[in-house]
Amino acid sequence: MDTLLDVRDLHVEFRTRDGVAKAVNGVNYSVNAGETLAVLGESGSGKSVTAQAVMGILDSPPGHITRGRIFFQGADLLSLHREARRQLRGARMAMIFQDALSALNPVLSVGAQLGEMFVVHRGLSRRDARARAVELMDRVRIPAAKERVGDYPHQFSGGMRQRIMIAMAMALEPDLIIADEPTTALDVTVQAQVMELLAELQREMHMGLILITHDLGVVADVADKIAVMYAGRIVETAPVHEIYKAPAHPYTKGLLDSIPRLDQKGQELYAIKGLPPSLLRIPPGCAFNPRCPMAQEVCRTDEPPLYEVAPHRASACHFWKETLDG
Amino acid sequence: MPEQLEQPNGRTSADAVGNAGAGGAMEFAATEAASIGQATAPSARARSLWSDAWHDLRRNPIFIVSALLILFLVLIAIWPQLIASGNPLACDINKSQLGPAPGHPFGFDTQGCDVYTRTVYGARASVTVGVCATAGAALLGSILGGFAGFFGGWWDALLSRVSDIFFGIPIILGGLVFLSVVTNTTVWPVVGFIVLLGWPQIARIARGAVITAKQNDYVQAARALGAGPARMLLRHIAPNAIAPVIVVATIALGTYISLEATLSFLGVGLKPPTVSWGIDISSASTQIRDAPHMLLWPAAALSVTVLAFIMLGDAVRDALDPKLR
Amino acid sequence: MGRYVIRRLLQMIPVFVGSTFLIFVMVYALGDPVAALFGDRAPDPATAAQIRRDLYLDHPLWQQYTHYMAQIFQGNFGTAFTGQPVLELMGSAWPLTIRLTIVAIVVEAVIGIILGIVSGLRRGRSVDTGVLVLTLIVVSIPTFVSGYVLQFLFGVKWGVVNPSVSPAAPFNELALPGVVLALVSLAYVTRLTRTSIVENHRADYVRTAIAKGLPRRRVIFRHLLRNSLIPVVTFIGTDVGALMGGAIVTERIFNIHGVGYQLYQGILRQNSPTVVGFVTILVIVFLVANLLVDLLYAVLDPRIRYA
Repeated sequence: MDTLLDVRDLHVEFRTRDGVAKAVNGVNYSVNAGETLAVLGESGSGKSVTAQAVMGILDSPPGHITRGRIFFQGADLLSLHREARRQLRGARMAMIFQDALSALNPVLSVGAQLGEMFVVHRGLSRRDARARAVELMDRVRIPAAKERVGDYPHQFSGGMRQRIMIAMAMALEPDLIIADEPTTALDVTVQAQVMELLAELQREMHMGLILITHDLGVVADVADKIAVMYAGRIVETAPVHEIYKAPAHPYTKGLLDSIPRLDQKGQELYAIKGLPPSLLRIPPGCAFNPRCPMAQEVCRTDEPPLYEVAPHRASACHFWKETLDG
Repeated sequence: MPEQLEQPNGRTSADAVGNAGAGGAMEFAATEAASIGQATAPSARARSLWSDAWHDLRRNPIFIVSALLILFLVLIAIWPQLIASGNPLACDINKSQLGPAPGHPFGFDTQGCDVYTRTVYGARASVTVGVCATAGAALLGSILGGFAGFFGGWWDALLSRVSDIFFGIPIILGGLVFLSVVTNTTVWPVVGFIVLLGWPQIARIARGAVITAKQNDYVQAARALGAGPARMLLRHIAPNAIAPVIVVATIALGTYISLEATLSFLGVGLKPPTVSWGIDISSASTQIRDAPHMLLWPAAALSVTVLAFIMLGDAVRDALDPKLR
Repeated sequence: MGRYVIRRLLQMIPVFVGSTFLIFVMVYALGDPVAALFGDRAPDPATAAQIRRDLYLDHPLWQQYTHYMAQIFQGNFGTAFTGQPVLELMGSAWPLTIRLTIVAIVVEAVIGIILGIVSGLRRGRSVDTGVLVLTLIVVSIPTFVSGYVLQFLFGVKWGVVNPSVSPAAPFNELALPGVVLALVSLAYVTRLTRTSIVENHRADYVRTAIAKGLPRRRVIFRHLLRNSLIPVVTFIGTDVGALMGGAIVTERIFNIHGVGYQLYQGILRQNSPTVVGFVTILVIVFLVANLLVDLLYAVLDPRIRYA
């Protein structure tokens, strides 16, 4: 299969008043056409920053890519000219944000914001662009699209707004979509519908999808493979079903154990002890060691490499074998 | 709907009036200051807001420069003899409009008074008016505005309408009308007038700040735990609501000094024999073609004084507003 | 929307009555207009009483006020003590002040917004710091100082413009007075624009616009500016009334016989009909400007329009 996106050894840091925050420290992942990669992790794990670096929308300053390369359809994005990079954005790679209410411009109608994609990238007239906007709204199943195309974001419900966000990302049928927590801000009842719509459109258009989330429940249904991030590194990658059966990293195991389950009713809920490290002071050795139930002396001194656990599976844990078996 | 209309820029429509080089600064400060303290919380966090702000301020060159300048101004306002040995009212008509001479670095004005001495002595009137008017307006404004924000209801509605009325009067115009009939030559009528037209500005800020603070979760929690209104106001709300008031009051101090000078310039503010920059600038203005030095020095002193207070307010606002960090 | 306008109009009534009454009280109660009329000479009691009757001064204050306001709303602004109808004074004064205000508003809007955008987009760079320092300095210099200094420099020393304005006051002669009148507001517009740009620059919708692959110009002008300028436009709107009221100093410096000049003369000579008449119109202008700003706000921000 064609590799659509290939991120190699990416390092991103934020130079702030209080010091240098190492947000991403050597991330590798790849996505193929038609494939869904779920990137999992707590807030501050670097999952969104990686995505912003891929999209080229990192706030800079203070954010800087200090090392690594990003290949998209074979081209090295980081060496592309700014204008060429811009033409890719929105047209061939697009992004869906978490909070559609703040991500949509409050003073422009949704029709104008959708149509803008066609005006800018395809050179359509405003009238044609508006017609395409109505089509898009129909496609993401917004009722009475024709009447509502001139409405403003605040006039839609949360679910409808996120559909508009999706429509905007899908507008030019890009090859890659990055969805950053697309359902987190929504009511539970609406979450499933929006996720379903996203998965359906992805299948239809055979797009690569990077789904950034902290919700393991969402992942199981739609993802092909998973990358778990912790303190700016990928600690485990695996095909989705294997990871649920037997995680190879204590952090992943902790995440899975902390999902409440009906059959454990009455028992105390599991929680990973401690807090994620400050990105200004990542502990030496394995970043997870202060919170890890299996940590040994070696974890405090040596940073574990990404061990190949099985075909298409890797874990950055000195004790991956023990974790797999336990 | 009107409520919503009034909120987004944090001010009601009647806000901006009475500009003319003086009053307007306050509205602007107010718009910016309205956001201060919104993200802060309980008294512990309020304390850290202040200590954070102090931490920032000590490293801010603008703050240091303006604070030193103000310290200097206050000192010479109290003891002008420190740097000027002459008598500002001792004039020699034979020296009318002469340029700098030994011992008289700024030259002489039309009456033959020493411009340097008068410039130094002029600080007293400006600083007195600025400090007293600000203290009065801030006290009155934050009490009235604070209660309006805290209790709401008819008291709040009444206050809003009353302050609308005051905002409806252009400030220079009000000063001309009100002060033109006063014959008292001390600074107090001017101070009284500025307090009278200045308090609604502070009241509006205080009201907004109290309403914001009141909505914070920890205040709601304190209320749920049975804290009485006095305790709520003093312990939980005031420490958080006071920051924007201080910022606006500091900037207002500068604009009040500017306002006093403008009124004195128009002949209705301070009156001789009080030594005032505004009066000196006014009398120098007719001779600007022949003796520009007479206007230059008091004008520079006035501008630097106003600048010092506005800069101080600016620095304090930056330090207190977490959003702009 | 209609209901909203009506409600605002109703809210304006107490403000209008309060402001004008306050001025009325100050003018009539604090100084004796009849004494002022005669200056140092003691008036003959019979004549004085006659004048008081003519001017309605023998009635209680509130009756004088209602009587006067009733007259105004019938278009009768009374006669100045000089014998000239106040309406005539207004006819010559208002066009001058309106022209001066237009110049000032244009200056403050165009220059202020451009400077604000430039410094906001280059936050923290030297241009930004320079503009910020400049605005602080401009705010600190009182209008009467900057007025005289600029008049001296441009009018006398360099001879670029005429130091005082001719009675007809064409627009080109009003350029310098307009700048002087606008200066302080100009600094506020600059800072307000800058703050607004800085705040909106980090907004999610700007990031979305960048992620959509829009060219930088379009991100700035269509997305960032549209939102950032809403508070600026409303500030400029409310400033219209303030500038007119504040033109007293500028008009005095440049010898423009506009509203401010007439008011100044009226106040010094305790010419009450002139003062109250002009002030009443000023307050109305101010209130209407505020109402228009509120409506404009609703037009610019759909969140309010449909709320």
